[in-house]
Amino acid sequence: MTANQLMFILFSAMIVVFSVLTVTSRRILRAAIFLLFVLVSTAGLYFMLNYQFMAAVQLTLYAGGIVVLFIFSILLTSHISQKFEPVGWKKSVFSAIAVTAGAILAIITILDYNFSATTQAAQEVNMKLIGKSLLATGEDGFVLPFEVISILLIAAMVAAIVVAKKGGPGKTQSQILNN
Amino acid sequence: MNTGIPLEYFLILATIMFFVGVYGFLTRRNLLTILMSVELILNSVNINFMAFNRYLFPHKLEGMFFSLFVIAVAASEAAVAIAIIINIYRRFITINVEDVDEMKH
Repeated sequence: MTANQLMFILFSAMIVVFSVLTVTSRRILRAAIFLLFVLVSTAGLYFMLNYQFMAAVQLTLYAGGIVVLFIFSILLTSHISQKFEPVGWKKSVFSAIAVTAGAILAIITILDYNFSATTQAAQEVNMKLIGKSLLATGEDGFVLPFEVISILLIAAMVAAIVVAKKGGPGKTQSQILNN
Repeated sequence: MNTGIPLEYFLILATIMFFVGVYGFLTRRNLLTILMSVELILNSVNINFMAFNRYLFPHKLEGMFFSLFVIAVAASEAAVAIAIIINIYRRFITINVEDVDEMKH
């Protein structure tokens, strides 16, 4: 067994175990931390595939940004030692049956399909190439999705500020508590 | 590079992660944990894109850029969703999906 295979087994075991714990943990803060482990192991898989830039993006944006956002909002919205009540057995059993059936179907399809790789030589992915392709027009250029995603990010930023802003016509917290 | 790991292993791993996310989406009752399940689903799709790009089309960069854009969409989605969740918490003092039903009537 090579070191590569060993690393893959380690990362995939971490991903499977921690994603199951993320969706079953009854303490919400622990669920967020397990999600962090899943995202970091995914970054490790990207390193194994030789996409260093994507692994860095995964670490900074997902593990560094989104999980911190999650933890902040968890601390804002729920008590830290609060435990969820367990899921009803009917719901969990039927969801598990549906999910297992879907997973088995997908895995059978994957194993049945014959993937054929190209014979062309692999391309070295460096930062210069990524930057040039992001802003290039033409066949290997991605300038249109780049511009669309920048408009989306601006819109999301404005929307997040407007929605989360205090005030507005809604009831305040003290009014609800008084009722 | 990547000797001894077939493409199918990556795909099966992503499939398991995807359906674990779907299970969380079906069983969870807290808005934030539902959002976490959605993040799991999006992340598993990203693994698929990257593995396809590396194994089947190593001379192109389409899969890498697609997962870059998926990450950007996931980040903005999480920001807007958390803003909405905080607003809901301000109105209802809970983020349990079964208690937040005022707009339904």
